Amino acid sequence: MSAAPTPAKAPRARRARRAAGRAGQYVALACYLVFLAFPLVWLLSTSFKSPQELASIVPTWIPREPSLENYRLAFEAHPLARSALNSLLVAGSAALISVAVAVPAAYVMVRHRSPVSRAGTAWILISQMFPLVLIIIPLFLILRNLQLINSLPGLVLVYVVWNLPFSLWMLQGYVRAVPPTLEEAAAVDGAGRLRTLTGVVLPLLAPGLVATLMFSFVTAWNEFFFALVLLKSPERQTMSVILTHFVGAEGVADLGPLAAASFLATLPSLLFFALLQRRLVNGMLAGAVKG
Amino acid sequence: MRAPRRVARAGVAAALSLVLLAGCGGEEDAADGTVTLDFLSLAWQSESVAAHKSLVDAWNAANPDVRVRYVQGSWDNVHDQLLTSFMGGEAPDIIHNDASDLTDFANGGYLADLTGLLPEELLADIPRRSWDTTTYEGGVYGVPFLQEPRVLIANTRLLAEAGVRTPTADRPWTWGEFEEVAARLTRDTDGDGDTDTYGVAWSMKEPVSQSVNLSLSTGGRIFHREDGENVIRYDAADSTVAELVHRQVNEDGTAPDSSLGMSGSDTLPGFFADRYAMLPLNFSFRQQVAQQAPDGFEWSVLPMPAGEGGGGAAQGVAPQTLSVAEDAEDRRAAAEFVAFLTRPENAVELALGDWMLPTGETALADPSLDTAEHGWRTGVELTAHLRPSPVLGVRGYPEWKDKIATPAFQEYYRGALSLDELRERLTDDGNRVLDRYQR
Repeated sequence: MSAAPTPAKAPRARRARRAAGRAGQYVALACYLVFLAFPLVWLLSTSFKSPQELASIVPTWIPREPSLENYRLAFEAHPLARSALNSLLVAGSAALISVAVAVPAAYVMVRHRSPVSRAGTAWILISQMFPLVLIIIPLFLILRNLQLINSLPGLVLVYVVWNLPFSLWMLQGYVRAVPPTLEEAAAVDGAGRLRTLTGVVLPLLAPGLVATLMFSFVTAWNEFFFALVLLKSPERQTMSVILTHFVGAEGVADLGPLAAASFLATLPSLLFFALLQRRLVNGMLAGAVKG
Repeated sequence: MRAPRRVARAGVAAALSLVLLAGCGGEEDAADGTVTLDFLSLAWQSESVAAHKSLVDAWNAANPDVRVRYVQGSWDNVHDQLLTSFMGGEAPDIIHNDASDLTDFANGGYLADLTGLLPEELLADIPRRSWDTTTYEGGVYGVPFLQEPRVLIANTRLLAEAGVRTPTADRPWTWGEFEEVAARLTRDTDGDGDTDTYGVAWSMKEPVSQSVNLSLSTGGRIFHREDGENVIRYDAADSTVAELVHRQVNEDGTAPDSSLGMSGSDTLPGFFADRYAMLPLNFSFRQQVAQQAPDGFEWSVLPMPAGEGGGGAAQGVAPQTLSVAEDAEDRRAAAEFVAFLTRPENAVELALGDWMLPTGETALADPSLDTAEHGWRTGVELTAHLRPSPVLGVRGYPEWKDKIATPAFQEYYRGALSLDELRERLTDDGNRVLDRYQR
């Protein structure tokens, strides 16, 4: 039979429980981070391994004889640098344009509720359900008539249209979180719609803009099928298309160079995220203060 | 409020400049009258890509009026890419593919009939049986230029230790002998009651083409022509090899069930670690084996077993092909480029780059292929037994393969389906699919 804790012991027990709980949280977080990092770390490790080591039945975390040979072969076989630049141009343009178009649209859909805006929202959801193969041939024909086949602007246009529904959907949530009273105050001060949007709403939307920008960029960066079908010229192909050139019939792959190229292909997204995440955090804090 | 506005302005400026940059380099125009042909190549191994590019360069140097542009494609998605570009009228002029894709594209009117466009020496040099793989309703829709048999890649040391006879192209094992050999090679080396070395590992991630093509050796073919229509039958001769695989995995224990879900590449680590003594793989897999085998590992290339009283050493193949699009800018020039690429000396270069075999007789007789190293000679000897895969010329085959045959064969090999159930699925459901394409 245990005695009831004395008043002096109770805070100590609470502190211990809290410390244990926090330690548990850190362990869970560490496990989650390891889980998330595993593919990238494995990719990096694979990219430095020799063909013999890659075919070993006992996998190794750290390459036995690390070498840059796979990177050399990857660059030698395919125009990785040029394709990375193409991807950067296309994904960057598509992300910026999507967000620029989505912001006013999301604002109108949230602030001016009507049967039309509700139908628009429903359509946004439905449009996300169309399979690619269903739209690719009509899209191909439309772009051909616009003479935008085999051109990067054509691909940018497709990505903007493709990203727009989800960007709109994301931004609607952020716009809804901006208190309408702030806009009313701006109106009382004499600000018009556009001024209210740019001067009041946009600054508060900063985290949402950054998140949507990142989503749009990564989606366009990773997209494969449109890029494959719409770009004919080798000098315009994007990174996602080039990566498939390391794979042969029946799934046979040039694994080492493929890992090297794939690792390089993930870097721009990581850098983009690293650059924008400070903005995301700052924006969130700014929103919190204003809210 | 100023900072966000600056950011917004900078963002818009960046978007505009990126779009301007992205717009750079529009479609180049051949205003000088030069014909430019796009050649979609599916070569992917570095030697093979280099060989293709070097031949394109040689062509361009010799033909300034007909420029060929090398466009890299990928086996993984070539069908969707071509289908879309055919329907959009923007297909590449010269197309590298395999023969199994030609039927539907020829039927859709997307490929040019090469009859009358190819030189006589090329037509005579490639055997009739190879031309049959690219002929559809009397038209020739591609030049079959590379082919590969299925072979057994074997651990030479394990075979020697088991004291089994080494088969040759002239005297291959029978399927019965193969089963016995696999049983002798299956061993529990540490005596713990678990199998340490399996005689064979069947990689059945994509089971259909091997199941159909190997059935020729026992007199089967699965796809038959009856009253001018394609019909699927799955009789005893058709199922002999499939039954053997099922037996080895589920009854004899001479083949592991774990390999059934693997691709050929996935089985290589186990092969190098003596886990499997033999691997039935396509001939071109030798490149991976040569590249990845540990130092001192001895391996050999053996012919697949032959059927007794059936088709002997016959097996079906779907060769790699070069076709010309119906909408090509200059079909004759495109056909000339195809003929150039498949000249015997060039075909040998491409074959060596891809670790495959040329179809042309002159190229096959080239001394560089008549070598025991890496089993080249064995492959050349096997070419006499290669037949057009029964699936060629069958409209609806891709749908039958993906929707019906792949899951059915996978379940059967795993032991989840009886032979009768497999037969029913392949034929009843299968013939319904084919009927739709033949109405």
